[in-house]
Amino acid sequence: MNTFPGADERVAHLDIAPTLAASPWLDLWVRFEPGERVRLFTGKVELGQGILSAIAQIGAEELDVAYEQVDVEAVDTDFSPNEGSTSGSRSIQEGGEATRQACAQVRQIMLQHAAKKLEVQIDDLEVKEGFIHVRGTDIGVSYWQLAYEVDLHQLVQVKAPPKDRQHHRLVGQPLPRKDLRDKLMGGGFLHDLTLPGMLHARVVRPPAVKARLRVCNDIKVLALPGVLRVIRDGSFLAVVAQREEQAVKAWRQLSIDTQWDIYESLPDMDALPEFLTEAPHQQELLHDSPANRTDAVSISARYTRPYLSHASIGPSCGLAWWHEERLQVWSHCQSLFALRDEIAKLLALPREQIVARHGQGAGCYGHNGADDAAYDAALIARAMPGHPIRVQWMREDEFAWEPQGPAMVIDLEGAVDAEGQIVQWSQSIWGNRHIQRPGRRPEPGFLAAWHQGEGREMMPPVDMAMELGGGSQRNAVPYYDLPGMRVLNHAVTEVPIRVSALRALGAYLNVFAIESFMDELAHQSHQDPVRFRLRHLSDPRARAVIEQASAYAQQHWGWAPEHAIGDGQRGVGLGFARYKNVGCYAAVFAEVELQEVVQVKRVLAVIDCGEIVNPDGVRNQIEGGVIQVVSWILKEQVTFDRQRITSTDWESYPILRFSEVPLVEVLLMPQPNQPWLGVGEGVTGPTAAAVANAIHHAMGVRVRDLPLTAQRVVQAMP
Amino acid sequence: MPLLDINGQQYAVDCDTSTPLLYVLRNDLGLTSARFGCGMGQCGACHVLINGRSVASCDISVEACVGQTIETVEGLTPPGQALHALQEAFMQEQAGQCGYCLGGILTSARALLRHNPNPSADQIKLALDLHLCRCGTHQRIVKAVQRAASVLRQGEV
Repeated sequence: MNTFPGADERVAHLDIAPTLAASPWLDLWVRFEPGERVRLFTGKVELGQGILSAIAQIGAEELDVAYEQVDVEAVDTDFSPNEGSTSGSRSIQEGGEATRQACAQVRQIMLQHAAKKLEVQIDDLEVKEGFIHVRGTDIGVSYWQLAYEVDLHQLVQVKAPPKDRQHHRLVGQPLPRKDLRDKLMGGGFLHDLTLPGMLHARVVRPPAVKARLRVCNDIKVLALPGVLRVIRDGSFLAVVAQREEQAVKAWRQLSIDTQWDIYESLPDMDALPEFLTEAPHQQELLHDSPANRTDAVSISARYTRPYLSHASIGPSCGLAWWHEERLQVWSHCQSLFALRDEIAKLLALPREQIVARHGQGAGCYGHNGADDAAYDAALIARAMPGHPIRVQWMREDEFAWEPQGPAMVIDLEGAVDAEGQIVQWSQSIWGNRHIQRPGRRPEPGFLAAWHQGEGREMMPPVDMAMELGGGSQRNAVPYYDLPGMRVLNHAVTEVPIRVSALRALGAYLNVFAIESFMDELAHQSHQDPVRFRLRHLSDPRARAVIEQASAYAQQHWGWAPEHAIGDGQRGVGLGFARYKNVGCYAAVFAEVELQEVVQVKRVLAVIDCGEIVNPDGVRNQIEGGVIQVVSWILKEQVTFDRQRITSTDWESYPILRFSEVPLVEVLLMPQPNQPWLGVGEGVTGPTAAAVANAIHHAMGVRVRDLPLTAQRVVQAMP
Repeated sequence: MPLLDINGQQYAVDCDTSTPLLYVLRNDLGLTSARFGCGMGQCGACHVLINGRSVASCDISVEACVGQTIETVEGLTPPGQALHALQEAFMQEQAGQCGYCLGGILTSARALLRHNPNPSADQIKLALDLHLCRCGTHQRIVKAVQRAASVLRQGEV
């Protein structure tokens, strides 16, 4: 779902990048600034994935300036182009393409002016580090000299052809990240921002998912040093103090001095699959192709995942300041324009009266508490005009109240005929939809809005349409060529636990289930897992990543595909997917070792993501994606009782540590002439399946419920 | 008024002496390399060196720090100078994604390299094991510490 506005009618006839068509003024994207610098504007935000550096790389390439000359401005709703949310591994395709086209056009305009000025043909000119000169001479003029004469406040005229890839000097190079130095020096985050006279606030969240604030006795709190104000609105309760540690103390005191009506609203954690398959739901048929008549015997299996936390290392933070008749908001969220519009709606302000600015937060792997913290700050700032307010969520609140990645159940049934071909595939999916971002529904999208006033019920999340990537149904339809394939989604409408987008959304369990089941069918029909996949796969790029990965694992890991079962301790498994069935291709091998715990020793990821802007950036994303998923699959689950989430610190929600991370090897398939496909989420499902398949390879044991703990492996043993 | 010795400078801070060191570093002194992660000493994001040991600054009061030697990442590179070998090694390896955990990790790596100038990968992992990194940058971080160790051993600083 793209949330950026539609094309500006003046450029709607041009076949240009959608976000450029929505914001078609060139100076919204590119400006030449004193000191021979270029400032680029984008609607995409830095989440730790390196997008601003990649945008700089693309812009510098098209403009023929040095990478070091380019600064990319963080999103500010007052002047940045609206490019919707930074999500879905789409930032290079959307934001990168818009930057490329805008910069290509600006370069062309500058060349036209230079040609006129120098009285030569455009073809006689070349550009180096922003200096346009007549080829073979040092006669010329720089962008910055021309910038005095050329007004870039003009509409995009044409789809300027991007530079011929043969002439690329920057795109394709492993350039260093622009933001890393600052972070290594101790700065770089929204959390570090201080405003004049800034006050510190904490929000006291309810002690249960469903609770109403009955009595709040604020006498003691208001007597604490530095405490300025207790703000209550229904069940929303916040405290404001001069200093941060005073706000923390007050938060603790206020938590004690508050009485709540608490309700039991959560399902039995130990019977989640039963809850999900029996809860009210909307049914949708995602795929239905006719089956051949067959007498092949089918097998079936059920796969489940628990709720998962984003578990960013830094809890969410938001700042707001009602200053000079405007509300200024700072957030590390993924969609600043939606944030601004939603705040405007809830505070009944014209949106022009609000500006939302991006500051970097800790790694963001989907919709976490960032937007909520910003709204908390906005609410408090509204109540205390003139005072800049900083809200820092506490760790336990981040774990308990950020939206979780939804739990899911998938049932699969399939059959292989005597020739070894799959002849039937039936798949049912149960779980909530996956997107609860602000602005995606008419109901308020912020946590505090549900607690204000009389309170509001949590509304079910939404999915994007399948062709836009889906949500719960993402990658639900296998990428294999299968006859007799039926895929049915059951979108559960009861939402006991707040859920929203977590890296790869439904693709994580969908691919896990599909790729586990492919292995089960291969094993059952005595076929090796590589050849079994290949015989059902026609896309040559899909085949290529699997073949490449298989060859590498055989050559370097001593893996032999024909050995269906390993030695009881060590196993190797494969997982494959094309992300969203339209994005990057990933074939992943994992090697596990089973002793008292399940250890993933090494992982190989072979990736085809089309043309690569920054190979080191791609590797970094792949390495990180693999390690995060190994953490999910071995360790992670949100725990809860009938009232509340109970995994509220790093002991009750452990993640993978340094001593536990696998060695990750990444092989990139060069595709310099193919479109960008995005990369951030591509290995999520394949890695998970590779680990489960490796456990089966080691021991002949199939674990289908996540996380894959040693206990579950033991339980699965015959 | 408590007096703190941080990165070789003396700072008088005006706050309650029970205040966790983290908030004083960040809010009073602008030393933001120590970052709030959990407030419970579980994640490592707020680590600083106190008398050479890497400890959680969210978990120690200003009072307990008086008379101790405190070092933060800001002390690695004096203003206007080239990056310290440790930071430079992280740049060379591009050992960061979001970077939120790096202040604490640089701190523990610094402590490690002081008493073990030639650590193995396993020793580095052990020294960093209480530091959580959610982005999955671990293997680059281990390489960066090894690279820094090698550079520091050759005295190229």
